[in-house]
Amino acid sequence: MKCEEVSKQLMGYLDRRTVSAGRREVEDHFLTCVACRRRAEEFRELWRVLDEMPVVEPSLGFNARLRERLRAEPEKRWFGRLMHAPRLVFSIALLLTLSVWVSRLPRDNSGGYGTAAPSEQEDFNAIRDLGVLENYDVVTKFDALSELIPTSAGQPEPEPDHRTSDD
Amino acid sequence: MARSDVQLMLDVKAGDEASFDLLLEKYRTPLINFLFRMVQDAGTAEDLAQEVFLRVYRARQRYSPSAKFTTWLFRIATNLALNSLRDNRYRKLEVSLDAPSDDEGAPPREVPAPEMRIDEHMVERGRSEFIRRSIDRLPEKQRLAVLLHKYEEMDYLEIAKILDCSESALKSLLFRAYETLRVELAPLVARPIEHPTGEGSES
Repeated sequence: MKCEEVSKQLMGYLDRRTVSAGRREVEDHFLTCVACRRRAEEFRELWRVLDEMPVVEPSLGFNARLRERLRAEPEKRWFGRLMHAPRLVFSIALLLTLSVWVSRLPRDNSGGYGTAAPSEQEDFNAIRDLGVLENYDVVTKFDALSELIPTSAGQPEPEPDHRTSDD
Repeated sequence: MARSDVQLMLDVKAGDEASFDLLLEKYRTPLINFLFRMVQDAGTAEDLAQEVFLRVYRARQRYSPSAKFTTWLFRIATNLALNSLRDNRYRKLEVSLDAPSDDEGAPPREVPAPEMRIDEHMVERGRSEFIRRSIDRLPEKQRLAVLLHKYEEMDYLEIAKILDCSESALKSLLFRAYETLRVELAPLVARPIEHPTGEGSES
């Protein structure tokens, strides 16, 4: 083993927390290379010297100060909590969008909405009572409006308005 | 049986404040020392340590045990320390442009321990100051690697995760850092040159 390779493996060799595969080879190299052996010994000595660095203790008020800061932390609002639940946020947004979309759909007159839907009879009465439709006979014979006049058996035939028929 | 750090953090997430206190007790001293050795100022180190714990507390709801708790904790601390050093460098630059200080680089004042003679204290202080300055002169990443490896006794994989590098790159980084320190601290660590006959001059 060459000195360069020993340098690469020296950390693993010296660090007892790891198992160096080339441990035996490094030790064999040390038997013949004074420089590498010296370096390894100085690394060990260096680690011992580094232990001389004094340990700093936290100040007495450290925990109290931290507790104070934690208490001062603003309580997260409900929407702040929602930010951490993206699936829930997406579901709620989807539900809201669907609700808005459904509410804006055109309403079907035939059912579902009950009292708000006008009947065909009411439609007919509204047309019949318009001022311009003075002659009921003319109106009933008017081709464009013929489809509006109920002809089925289920629908009652409206009574002619005698108020306007004399004119 | 003692709960693991991950379990404690999960308990904090579930709303157990006492578990946060346990984590605080366990890690405040190592964290303050790590930060002190990075920023070289006890007050700043404490402030940064508080910030680390605050961030851990704030992030409790998002915590998921994908890595070791210490990896997460020291990664936050590392980022804060590096930011602080950069901010401080910027501030120092501003100050030096306006009013250069004669005290810059002076060692912090220490009160000698009462049981220690003044000459012993001077020697002791001189040694630790010498070591501190040598570590401080290392490039930031090398310094971080040494602090996490030597003082926090973390394994290579964990340090590599904190420093965001590969394990082999970390080993190389550490080797260069220790080699620099070996040269810098030669008066404290140098071994006597052995004679070719194998007889050392060490007494």
